[in-house]
Amino acid sequence: MSATLMRTVPALRGALRSGVAKPAAALASTSFVRGKATLPDLPYDYGALEPYISGKIMELHHKKHHQTYVTGLNSALETIASGDPVAAAKAAPLLNFHGGGHINHSLFWENLAPASREGGGEPDGALAKSIKEDFGGFDTLRKQVNTALAGIQGSGWAWLVKDKNSGTLSVVTRPNQDPVSGPYVPLLGIDAWEHAYYLQYENRKAEYFDAIWNVINWKTVASRFEKA
Amino acid sequence: MSADTYSLPKLPYAYNALEPSISAQIMELHHSKHHQTYVTNLNKALQSLKAASSAGDIAAEIALQPAIKFNGGGHINHSLFWQNLAPSSSADAKPDAAPALMADIDKTWGSYDKFKSAFSTALLGIQGSGWGWLVKEAQTGLRIVTTKDQDPVVGGEVPIFGVDMWEHAYYLQYLNGKAAYVDNIWNVINWKVAEQRYHGGAKDAFSVLKASM
Ligand SMILES: [Fe+2]
Ligand SMILES: [Fe+2]
Repeated sequence: MSATLMRTVPALRGALRSGVAKPAAALASTSFVRGKATLPDLPYDYGALEPYISGKIMELHHKKHHQTYVTGLNSALETIASGDPVAAAKAAPLLNFHGGGHINHSLFWENLAPASREGGGEPDGALAKSIKEDFGGFDTLRKQVNTALAGIQGSGWAWLVKDKNSGTLSVVTRPNQDPVSGPYVPLLGIDAWEHAYYLQYENRKAEYFDAIWNVINWKTVASRFEKA
Repeated sequence: MSADTYSLPKLPYAYNALEPSISAQIMELHHSKHHQTYVTNLNKALQSLKAASSAGDIAAEIALQPAIKFNGGGHINHSLFWQNLAPSSSADAKPDAAPALMADIDKTWGSYDKFKSAFSTALLGIQGSGWGWLVKEAQTGLRIVTTKDQDPVVGGEVPIFGVDMWEHAYYLQYLNGKAAYVDNIWNVINWKVAEQRYHGGAKDAFSVLKASM
């Protein structure tokens, strides 16, 4: 990645950089090999989140959808690195879309875990304390996230974020693949695109939003919270 | 039924009539669930608007605008969409059914194939949920536009036909292979309806909504 790219796309800069510089940190699986994004391995089997998310959904979502974002990101990066400013400007929305898709899904896989292992339950420790302070309690947080998810008009994501400056937790939504940026550090993201649930839940998206709480990996969320 | 209560329009064909291009399962969910939800939520929003308006609560009226646009757009878009599709075996699904429109397409894009390829590229370029439309504008003539989410084409242009690019429109059959959905949608475009809309104004195209009130 050239320095020019880093200057042009501030929204993606931090996330891309942390993917390169801190391979073992929060974005462990936003992997890059020699400046090229690669599809990260899932930290569990495709079928491991059943019955809450089917193996077929997980396989397509990871192997096809996420791969398409990785491919699109690399092709946008190549265009931008080619030095043609007109082509680079044209590729900027593609960089945002595919780069965002790569970042969001990489974060998403890690904040899920099988219900038989770390998945589900409730957060504890400092994270739980912060949730209590900022939302009143875990149930309220869950309700707020589900309301935010249900209110997305089209494709998008809902995130539990921490404001770097104030330390406050809040729930935000982002359309399409726009990544969380600015003062917000993403702690927990939920994919509300139809491809994330349709094969199993069809139009009944509220059921998916309810089910996903059984496979949230609070250990990952807590570790992102502590580093943020 | 009061004047601001909309209802789900009947499909002009059976759920399985568009197979193999669009499966019956997709059509049934898309029509009886997705479209119905837009209609239900539009009616709810309009009812709240009425209450807010009679209470003189302008803040509440403004707060309702996104829900009206989204659900009203969803109702408009799907109503137009069902009409501009037809079973591939029917005469309406042949481009011959739209002689004047086709002549204009030739004039604008050079050929039907070039138009098809431009329209398909526009559809596949949508980032997220949205629609692709062929529209006719008084000043500029025929144009391909894409709209996000359920934004409707209500700016005075005439919608000739639209293609739903939300994942629910193809996922059960095509999974992530949306290019194949786009290829196959050309088999079920209702060119007769497209020709009628081409000759009419925006009001004529939207008459389907009046019919489902
Ligand atoms: Fe996704
Ligand atoms: Fe739809």
